[in-house]
Amino acid sequence: MPTLVSHPDEVKVISSRFGQGAADIEKYLELDGYKAVQKAIAEGPDWIINTMKASGLRGRGGAGFPTGMKWSFVPKQSEKPKYVLVNGDESEPGTCKDHVIFLHDPHAVIEGTMIAGLAIGAKMGFIYLRGEYRYLLKIMEKAVADAYAKGFLGKNIFGSGLDFDIVTQTGAGAYEVGEESALMESLEGKRGVPRIKPPFPAVVGLYGGPTVINNAETIASAPHILLMGGEAYAKIGSERNGGTRLFGISGHVERPGVYELPMGYNLKKAIYDVAGGIRGGKKLKAVVPGGSSCPVLLPEEIDVGLDFDQMGKAGTMLGSGGIVVLDETVSIVEFALRTIAFYQHESCGWCIPCREGTDWIKKTLTRVYSGGGSKKDVANVQYLAENMMGRTFCPLGDAAAMPTLGFVKKFRKEFEDYIEGHKAGTPIITVEQLVGAH
Amino acid sequence: MSEIANSIFTPETAARFDRLVTLYPVKRSALVPMLLYAQDEVGYVSDAVVTEIAERLDLMELDVRNVLSYYSMLRTKPAGKYNVQVCTNISCMLRGGYEILDHCKHKLGIGHKEVTADKLFSLEEVECIGACCWAPAMQVNYDFHDNLTTVKVDEILETYRAGKGKDVK
Repeated sequence: MPTLVSHPDEVKVISSRFGQGAADIEKYLELDGYKAVQKAIAEGPDWIINTMKASGLRGRGGAGFPTGMKWSFVPKQSEKPKYVLVNGDESEPGTCKDHVIFLHDPHAVIEGTMIAGLAIGAKMGFIYLRGEYRYLLKIMEKAVADAYAKGFLGKNIFGSGLDFDIVTQTGAGAYEVGEESALMESLEGKRGVPRIKPPFPAVVGLYGGPTVINNAETIASAPHILLMGGEAYAKIGSERNGGTRLFGISGHVERPGVYELPMGYNLKKAIYDVAGGIRGGKKLKAVVPGGSSCPVLLPEEIDVGLDFDQMGKAGTMLGSGGIVVLDETVSIVEFALRTIAFYQHESCGWCIPCREGTDWIKKTLTRVYSGGGSKKDVANVQYLAENMMGRTFCPLGDAAAMPTLGFVKKFRKEFEDYIEGHKAGTPIITVEQLVGAH
Repeated sequence: MSEIANSIFTPETAARFDRLVTLYPVKRSALVPMLLYAQDEVGYVSDAVVTEIAERLDLMELDVRNVLSYYSMLRTKPAGKYNVQVCTNISCMLRGGYEILDHCKHKLGIGHKEVTADKLFSLEEVECIGACCWAPAMQVNYDFHDNLTTVKVDEILETYRAGKGKDVK
């Protein structure tokens, strides 16, 4: 069972009910539960969207798109039914924040889904969890059933004359399904391959209807924002990055865990103060700051604020908030190979640059790691990665290419030294041998 | 009473499937969850499972197989009663995920995607399971085990061997 952690620098908004038994609906109600949705009904859709816009909340899945603006893109009139889709397919390596939300505050996800539904005029919401999260699905299913039993879901919610239904389900193991259009395909009972955009989901989404799709943390933030006010939420964070965020700090730190920190909090402080510094007093080697797809940062680059803009300026991304810390003992060659092996495994194969690119980078890095690499391999890896960028339907191609480029550019010497050091007496492994071996 | 005559599933699962198809605007949406629940009951997605699910959703068997082959948790061969899935992705790797995997291989005497002779255990090296802050982690069927050490793994495997392990379904 995930252990809860705490640090004085935390600002607990989304995690305010963690560890308090709020999965129980009575406890949730005691802790101001289902008040935000009633306020939303009283104030109406325009107020909801304006409050969300004022909050400066940006998508917590990783793209950082302003949530209020996303909701406002859904056309008011639509012949087809509209839908709210909650993305709980959390699969980015290094990321486990939605895990604790589903575990500790499932009703916040339900309430947030209802609020999004009210904002866009949808009558139905889907909460999609990754297949591995079966025990969390059961928690969500119970929460939804309890909400129905109280009359909070179903017909005429809170006497508003509006209906709202929620269906929960899981996937069955596919990173790609975390991409919004692939998730819709999966929910329609198909292979999780991405759709071309435009049209965007706000116009043509699930079952062809206008759809708002948000990450579970984004959705669970909505009730808190409506209760505390958009401006108050925005103030907690940094410029153009409202509020707080759940950061999962993992790897070689003394106190790994999911911490809720204000947007813009310093990354170095997050590692050294909040997570207790590098395990065993070792030296820091590198940080993968927002899930495995974010370009790596060197120790001298981590004095930077954790928000979408500052991380962008630092040449990487805030991503999913999963901070992976590497100490001096890590071989970047091995780490880069493990990272690309993941993307090669998860590439859905729909777009050739991603399918072939991830495969060839993996083969080349396997050869390097096995001791049979040549200097040209490093340049080849970089060439392959550069040619994947921006050439695929969905961001998985970029997600695989970006960290690879980070590793080979920032640790080029380590790759070259590795190749040089392993030359003597090691036979060159041909790609044919590799294909046979894997 | 199930809508399907001679269902291969238990009455509970058949009833669950009857209900599942009514939840969505489109019947086919139930496909991925149905495959997973069917696998939980039968142990894998057998030919008979494919046939019945296709019938329930008015799909061709080919459509079902096309989806089945996409998702990594779905399998077409039996696994052990307890499927041990060890994560070796980055956060787990940094905290000993590969040592845990090697330990399991040694302890169970099987490799990746293999089943023990008594069919009690199977082993899989898996990608990130969303337990990065509590690494290294593994799942036995759907049950999470985290902050693993080799000693802890031994205890966990013994608990399952004795039939006392949790089995989330």
